[in-house]
Amino acid sequence: MILLWLILIPFLGGLLCWQAEPWGDRVPRWIALVTMLFVLVISLVLWWSGDFRLPDGSQSPWLLEWRAPWIPRFGIEVHLALDGLSLILVALTGFLGTLAVLCSWHEIDHRVGFFHLNLLWILGGVVGVFLALDLFLFFLFWEMMLVPMYFLIALWGHSGSAGQTRIRAATRFFIYTQASGLLMLVAILALVFVHYTNTGVLSFSYEVLLGTDVPDALAPWLMLGFFVAFAVKLPVVPFHGWLPDAHGQAPTAGSVDLAGILLKTAAYGILRFALPLFPEESQAFAPVAMTLGLVGIVYGAVLACGQQDIKRLIAYTSISHMGFVLIALYSGSELAIQGAVVLMVAHAFSSAGLFILSGQLYERIHTRDMRFMGGLWGRIPVLPGFTLCFVAASLGMPATANFVGEFMILFGTFPTAPVVVVIASAGLVLAAVYSLLLMQRVHFGPACREGPLPGPDLREYGMMLALVLLVLLVGLYPQPLLDTAAATSARVAELFGNGGPPVLAGGAD
Amino acid sequence: MLTLNHLVALLPLVIVAITAVAVMLGIAWRRHHGLTALASAAGLLLALLALPIASGAPDSPPLMRVDGLAIMASTLVLLSALVTVALSHHYLTGYIGPREEFYLLLLCAVTGALGLVASDHLATLFISLELLSMPLYGMLAYSFRAERSLEAGIKYLILSAAATAFLLFGMALLYARTGRLDLAGLVTVLATAPDTWMLAGAALLLAGLGFKLSVVPFHLWTPDVYQGGPAPATIFLATVSKLAVFAVLMRLVLEAPVFQSDRLATLITVLALLTMLGGNLLALFQSNLKRLLGYSSIAHFGYLLVAVVAGGSLGMETAGVYLVTYLATTLAAFGVVTQLSSPFQGEDAAGLHHYRGLFWRRPWLAAVMTVSFLSLAGIPLTAGFIGKFYVIAMGVADNRWWLVGGIVVGSAIGLFYYLRVMVTLYLPEPGMRRRDASNDWGSRIGGVTLLATAVVILILGIYPTPMIDWVVGLSAIR
Repeated sequence: MILLWLILIPFLGGLLCWQAEPWGDRVPRWIALVTMLFVLVISLVLWWSGDFRLPDGSQSPWLLEWRAPWIPRFGIEVHLALDGLSLILVALTGFLGTLAVLCSWHEIDHRVGFFHLNLLWILGGVVGVFLALDLFLFFLFWEMMLVPMYFLIALWGHSGSAGQTRIRAATRFFIYTQASGLLMLVAILALVFVHYTNTGVLSFSYEVLLGTDVPDALAPWLMLGFFVAFAVKLPVVPFHGWLPDAHGQAPTAGSVDLAGILLKTAAYGILRFALPLFPEESQAFAPVAMTLGLVGIVYGAVLACGQQDIKRLIAYTSISHMGFVLIALYSGSELAIQGAVVLMVAHAFSSAGLFILSGQLYERIHTRDMRFMGGLWGRIPVLPGFTLCFVAASLGMPATANFVGEFMILFGTFPTAPVVVVIASAGLVLAAVYSLLLMQRVHFGPACREGPLPGPDLREYGMMLALVLLVLLVGLYPQPLLDTAAATSARVAELFGNGGPPVLAGGAD
Repeated sequence: MLTLNHLVALLPLVIVAITAVAVMLGIAWRRHHGLTALASAAGLLLALLALPIASGAPDSPPLMRVDGLAIMASTLVLLSALVTVALSHHYLTGYIGPREEFYLLLLCAVTGALGLVASDHLATLFISLELLSMPLYGMLAYSFRAERSLEAGIKYLILSAAATAFLLFGMALLYARTGRLDLAGLVTVLATAPDTWMLAGAALLLAGLGFKLSVVPFHLWTPDVYQGGPAPATIFLATVSKLAVFAVLMRLVLEAPVFQSDRLATLITVLALLTMLGGNLLALFQSNLKRLLGYSSIAHFGYLLVAVVAGGSLGMETAGVYLVTYLATTLAAFGVVTQLSSPFQGEDAAGLHHYRGLFWRRPWLAAVMTVSFLSLAGIPLTAGFIGKFYVIAMGVADNRWWLVGGIVVGSAIGLFYYLRVMVTLYLPEPGMRRRDASNDWGSRIGGVTLLATAVVILILGIYPTPMIDWVVGLSAIR
């Protein structure tokens, strides 16, 4: 039942925020903050009390489970379950949700209640994605979180030069994800009906559908249906067109959610659904996926170097980082998958930090164009220091969480695909280039204007400090995170190993 | 021989017909808008309540068949007609000419629709179809002082007559080959391999019905008629008329094997693909909401044709579920247009600019609109998603990958214009004065009905099981 509440609380909180709008701007903000803190606290309590040892065969892999019949005609259930991986991501959602509410405290000044309705509904949808174990329910949440995100970008976004661009960016985001989502729906349905023909049981349950014997001609297509939906959201390079625009135009809270959590739903989807449902096909597909990951790493990094808009730059670095995650997921090694989980968390912290910082800069100098920045180190107290921390994290400096994640990914992938690892390592150099470029162009160099700017207030200081501490904490002592995710990663790696010895030794292509 | 049992089976139709006569006599005696509307609604409600009695009748009257499909379609027809009446009342209060005849026309058309969904003979089929269409010409041209309304009525009249000619020719061909007019007889004769003439006859029938459903090569009238007709007439056209015709099509396909033959199945597949893609593409750049909804309904009937292609009991179930969701959604979307145009002041408020910033003026009305457009786009938690889910599920189960591809592409294109309308509702309000709903819209019967429809959309989207059970139960009654 607690799982259902984890999903319902943000939804109800959002409705309250909307209805509280007549009472002034502060009421919805506080309601939203309390709601997200509530989600965070629940997930932390679950974490504290949970037992994440590797379950043996007889034990249920789920820490908590809740199911109720929903649409018996198709064997659809409301089936929620929580394991270590979902718990990490739900807690992350609670934390970043809190930050998203906090960072829009001053930025959003009109229609505050409706804004928080949308914000909380996104977060509720994301929690639903992380908990749903029925494929229909998963798809439902997957699609459902798009609508509020669309409104968030379209209504509270930054207008680009042409005036209408935020709506265009929002529409593009929506159509990319929805169209690819429909492909996933088709794949889900095909899988369900194959299972029905095989066994006579109509069910959308994940556990029932695992190990369905799909005809050889059909299976790669179904796997692709899932992969494309996740690849659009991750994003993997040929499907990344929506990301820079969406980030560029979204309000800070939207960017934090988008980079911090929404991209992670895709990695989660691959880990939870695409790989376990189609292990053999995924293994055959791995060289392609890894190549796409490599392309993403290099492409994202190179394009990041050429950006003028600070938020677009960070958006492209996300593409680059997610390339590492993709490689790790398809390497099939437990170490690399664990690294991917760490990198997901680390990237959520570092990119959220950078996006919040760029939002704070925007509040002070009213531009996101790096040509009009420079020399800010001397003009703003404290913030440049924080920026340096997150930039260091983004380039994978040892002692930060990102380093742990990338290191584990490269280490874990090397036995199966050494060539991929060698090329990906070159991507790390590019990461250093764009990160330092960001730092140099914004905070050093000749100043564009003179005069001091206000430093961070308590709220801003607190957000930054919390993020920096978390980045360092995970970087210095990642073991709790690894322990929590171990069971899930091990199971995926085991599934991957079942199809015979790895066939990726040849490398990328 | 017509026996008492037959009359019981026909009870809803009889009640509606009596109401129509009563309303006509009432108008002749003394005009009173409110009472007329009330009497019409009461008659429709009574007919709705009589449906369970009718479904319990032991046998069907001659030329008719009261089976699950007929009961299901009759229920939906009566419900849609009730909503239309509820929405019409406020709308017509602003109309200068005689208002009461609108209800008379509507009741006649409902009688036709009820007959059509139960027809089991080409003669009843034809008569009911005409009884449904004739009053519609009048309803569409009701505000005949407005040029567009008159144009809509006449356009529909002429093109509809052409379609009728197709239909009759098709029937004649079938009759010439088989010598039978009743569906059961046609089925037995057609069970042998159909020859070219029979195929041609069936294809012509299909064309005639396809016109009423605005399937793509026969869709040209749709946007103009939707735009020109007064909003309540458009609602009626978009819901009751299309629903009844679709029910007949479904019956033909379910019963007559000729429609299952390869050539006709291919033809319907091609038509479905053309319809879903064409409807969505043409809607892309519309700035008139009624035109846009017209094109969108074309696309939706393209999706529905998938159920026709597949046929069988699952096909009927899919069609039933999709029709329920389509009706709820369409009623809500057009309901908002009606509310914004009420009371009647000439042209309806259908330009997209009328809706800019609606959320900040009338949050609940905009919320209803958002819900209905999300449902049209097939976003989860709304009824539209369940409908789309059913159609895709059936396409996949039946291995019709072309149609599934068409649905996916069509939905992706459709999103573009649905989103455009939705975001318009939330944009900053322009300074100038716009058309607006009256302040008390929410407490009027039309407003209450509209809000109820929106709630129904959400409930169907969140917990569709009762609806599915209802449809499955009725599909089983043959």
